[in-house]
Amino acid sequence: MTQAANLPLWAALPVALLLLTGAGLGLIGSVGLLRLRNFYERIHAPTLATTLGIGFILLASALHFSVLQSRPVLHEVLIAVLMVITTPVTLMLLARAALYRDRREGDPEVPPLPPQVSRPQRRDG
Amino acid sequence: MTRWLPYPLLTLALLAAWLLLAESLSPGAFLLGALVALLASWVLAVLAPPKARLRRLGAVPGLLAMVLVEVVRSNNAVARIILRPGGARPPRSGFVRIPLDLRNPYGLAALACILTATPGTVWVEYDSSDGTMLLHVLDLIDEEAWVRIIKDRWERRLMEIFE
Repeated sequence: MTQAANLPLWAALPVALLLLTGAGLGLIGSVGLLRLRNFYERIHAPTLATTLGIGFILLASALHFSVLQSRPVLHEVLIAVLMVITTPVTLMLLARAALYRDRREGDPEVPPLPPQVSRPQRRDG
Repeated sequence: MTRWLPYPLLTLALLAAWLLLAESLSPGAFLLGALVALLASWVLAVLAPPKARLRRLGAVPGLLAMVLVEVVRSNNAVARIILRPGGARPPRSGFVRIPLDLRNPYGLAALACILTATPGTVWVEYDSSDGTMLLHVLDLIDEEAWVRIIKDRWERRLMEIFE
């Protein structure tokens, strides 16, 4: 296990700053879950943590371990790529499930299905 | 060539991912990674997904840079809305239905990733029969403006790359 105390000051400061900024964005996202009014608004809040929040934390991690091991540590890039590719799947599933339920209940706030010309076979996009 | 290397870009990407995970550029890691990437691309060829053709790879870095700028900008905007004193009340949030000309499934997937990666917009559903996409926007001031932003800023560029 590498020792965080061995990190020189010039690297420790940016690492701490990046970590705190990332964690702060995560915190703001969580506060948003509490403060926003309905489901569709709340779904936006955690994306703060999954985009820029995780970005800052990954930068901090890459910098920290690159300096400690005196070689570029870059596999954080993979986490970022996988995050960007996978979060839309979860968010879309959640949003579509909510939309389906609200439409079934006839919620007037929710847009109806688009006017259909003819829909022989529904292919979900 | 196509028989042995059905997806050259994907094979390269998998090899890059392998090398990043292995954290080494030694011949051993390179060989093993190439083997894994090749095997994976053959398995994918059996599944026969729709072919993707990237027409203008040169436009990709510019697009990624724009996405990065937009991510930072919209993170800031959404954080401001959440932290606004007196209750987090966005001026107005709501749905916009956006007609898309983009039909390529990979282009649509890329657009979904971009829109989800920028806080404040969530891709809700896509209707393939008439090519419209339903978007939920946290700070929906002007619906027309959003349609223009999506079409001009992202869709046009993605169509250059994918179609």
